[in-house]
Amino acid sequence: MAMRRFEVFRGTREAGALQEYGVECDEGMVVLDAMHRLQADQAPDMAVRWNCKAGKCGSCSAEINGSPRLMCMTRLSDYPEDRPITVTPMRAFPLVRDLVTDVSWNYEMSRRIPPFQPRAPDNPDGTWRMYQYEVERPQEFRKCIECFLCQDVCHVLRTHGKHAEFIGPAFLVRAAAYELHPLDMADRTGYLKDEGGIGYCNITKCCTEVCPEDIRITDNAIIPLKERVVDAHYDPIARLLGRLFAR
Amino acid sequence: MTAVLETRDHDVIVVGAGGAGLRAAIEARARGASVGLICKSLLGKAHTVMAEGGVAAALATVRPEDDWRTHFRDTMRGGKMHGSWRMAQIHTQEAPDRVRELEAWGALFDRTEDGRISQRPFGGHTHARLAHVGDRTGLEMIRVLQDRAIHSGVEVYMECTVIRLLVAAGRVTGALAYRRENGRFIVFRAHAVVLSTGGIGKGWQITSNSWEYTGDGHALAYWAGAELIDMEFVQFHPTGMVWPPSVRGILVTEGVRGEGGVLRNARGRRFMFDYVPDIYQGDYAETEEESDRWVTGDRTRNRRPPELLTRDDVARAITREIAEGRGSPHGGVFLDIASKRDPDYIKRKLPSMYHQFRELAGVDITTDAMEVGPTTHYVMGGVKVDAETQESTVPGLFAAGEVAGGLHGANRLGGNSLSDLLVFGRRAGLAAAEFARRQGAHAPVDQAECDAVVSGSLAGFGRVDGENPFALLAELQALMQRHAGIARDRSGLDAALTGLGALGRRAERASIPGAREYNPSWHTALDLRSLLVVTEACARAALERTESRGGHARTDYPNSDGALERMQVVIRRDGGAMTVRREPQPEIPPELMRIIREGV
Ligand code: SF4
Ligand code: SF4
Ligand code: FES
Repeated sequence: MAMRRFEVFRGTREAGALQEYGVECDEGMVVLDAMHRLQADQAPDMAVRWNCKAGKCGSCSAEINGSPRLMCMTRLSDYPEDRPITVTPMRAFPLVRDLVTDVSWNYEMSRRIPPFQPRAPDNPDGTWRMYQYEVERPQEFRKCIECFLCQDVCHVLRTHGKHAEFIGPAFLVRAAAYELHPLDMADRTGYLKDEGGIGYCNITKCCTEVCPEDIRITDNAIIPLKERVVDAHYDPIARLLGRLFAR
Repeated sequence: MTAVLETRDHDVIVVGAGGAGLRAAIEARARGASVGLICKSLLGKAHTVMAEGGVAAALATVRPEDDWRTHFRDTMRGGKMHGSWRMAQIHTQEAPDRVRELEAWGALFDRTEDGRISQRPFGGHTHARLAHVGDRTGLEMIRVLQDRAIHSGVEVYMECTVIRLLVAAGRVTGALAYRRENGRFIVFRAHAVVLSTGGIGKGWQITSNSWEYTGDGHALAYWAGAELIDMEFVQFHPTGMVWPPSVRGILVTEGVRGEGGVLRNARGRRFMFDYVPDIYQGDYAETEEESDRWVTGDRTRNRRPPELLTRDDVARAITREIAEGRGSPHGGVFLDIASKRDPDYIKRKLPSMYHQFRELAGVDITTDAMEVGPTTHYVMGGVKVDAETQESTVPGLFAAGEVAGGLHGANRLGGNSLSDLLVFGRRAGLAAAEFARRQGAHAPVDQAECDAVVSGSLAGFGRVDGENPFALLAELQALMQRHAGIARDRSGLDAALTGLGALGRRAERASIPGAREYNPSWHTALDLRSLLVVTEACARAALERTESRGGHARTDYPNSDGALERMQVVIRRDGGAMTVRREPQPEIPPELMRIIREGV
């Protein structure tokens, strides 16, 4: 057992500040454990969002010493013992209270992406054939746990507040999951260019760095989508060739 | 005081947005009902995302000889002959269509060589039967269903918790809930309500379940007058993490064993060979060599390893090894896949296990063994429902998924939960929509009743020197862990009931500091009310079942009693008190009995 110091944001949209706490911690504890212990013993009304405590649901996103992370997958032993660990809510979304933010905007974005639309079944029994090598690329994007840490770190949202014009890396990942799905037929390039605002992304790769699922957001999702958008909307020769060879 | 309440009207409301709730909502919506989907957390965070191994369905893509009858036989035998034969039949017949339908909605399952859905072996299943996506099958499933639901016009109420069902003239008319964000109450008027709230695992200290699993649906149904069955049957999953202490209980998928992982005690012995129960004699490998040959692919001439026995048997074996001093340093046993599979294979087939152990325990599972021990995982018991429609004993009230009882009998097979959610989620949604269509106008809300519930739930605010809800919760969990865990006896269960009674009285004096906005101590105090009902139901039913069967083990009645095989313990609220009675289940029809006895 060792006493560790934390500075935790407490407050609402109107007023709030970092508050200092000391918490008795055991071997192997993660930041979420410390927050729970704090809640149980000292701050019962402290708002914290979590579910699985195993890095699988993406509920416990926050900023730990300023960097976006899952609280349940961040071990205390990764931080020096002589300094307090700061825990603050995500900054790209409106605060609800303490460590909890209003992430409903993300759900709105998710609803607007043109949904999956399969080609006609390959077999008379209504099934398809797909091979492992074909599903592996989109499977990377399906690992997304909707933690929204990438949204939090992306400067287009975090600094410039372009929530009305840009769906953010998490939903570019979602769009890529559909676009690279071997059965999908829908064309999302128009949507991505206009409503989705893919042009706002200038490939800084910050999103990739924070993704707890190690999804290579920029290289594997955003760049290929950008190429599709360019091919479909800006490059007449490619479009012509595309039409010629599509047959 | 008359609280001014936000009111929403729907034909059908679905409480809980895991696999069953989403599937029910999609179906009800597809039948033209207006649907409100109410979830305690954000959408897509329900426990279904934690399901790792896969969804069991006799697709016969890997083993062509598989069909529903073998799956049916496995399910009934795995449930120790106690389950509802009709639910097991429907489940195994319909599961393949439900899985194929997920693929049509965008799910990307792992593939066989010839491009079909791949299936992996799992405990208690005769054939490789679990369609899967690495070890994150639940996440894939919930994402596909979530997308389908939001694109089909289901209205979602996130971070909204139902605390009471409204009942008038013997039928359900809606629900009363609060929103976490602002602490305000909301009334739903509905013709039909589908409960899909999951389980009760938060009633034990060592658990794989998240904070949400406080038995809300079970308690709501109970308060509404519905019957609960089989509440003594709680599944202790054999493999949860045991070290470090903060991760104790987190699930280690059965997929590790399905992919060839073996269990060893501190002396290095593969002890599961010593624990094959009589009903499975001859079905499992008898030597390490035979089991290795099975793992490396020769599955027709070799039998499967004894690590793939059903969960109740494996959990009990592990408990015994630990109790007899052959456990690992931190009080578990060793689960080793590193010596059976190469690192690339492990990382590809079990990526989240690899990640979980590396991040949380500092263990590399491609080189070292994991330490594992039993963890509270699932409740087989639940709301008593009609097998065809999932309707409870209260008209208009339906239940699907973990909150419903019957399908799994005394023990659930791995992989049968995800298919349960799909098959019975769909049936519940369908029946609820049809029930709703037959109703007229919404029943008026009983304002006085709502006021009483609202003020009762706010009572802890402003009380000083009351009880701390978090401390009460911890005491309840310790009590159940000690007395109603994997081994039970009369005196322990009596002590559990006495302790729960005392905790119930103290819970009435909980004090809640702070305001109503997103206040976890308040939420915990309300969750405790549900937990007190379901843990009491579990302890009472466990006392009533004077035998050991499946997940329910009595040290004072260590054997199964044939006379109790088809006897069900039914719990119901009567005159404000919990009543317990025994009820025989319908006979298994001879043609199904033949399948169970003789195989296919
Ligand atoms: S790469 Fe694009 S999406 Fe990712 S953080 Fe940078 S600007 Fe945002
Ligand atoms: S892409 Fe990664 S960081 Fe972004 S929401 Fe998904 S899991 Fe989180
Ligand atoms: S609680 Fe689920 S990811 Fe942290």
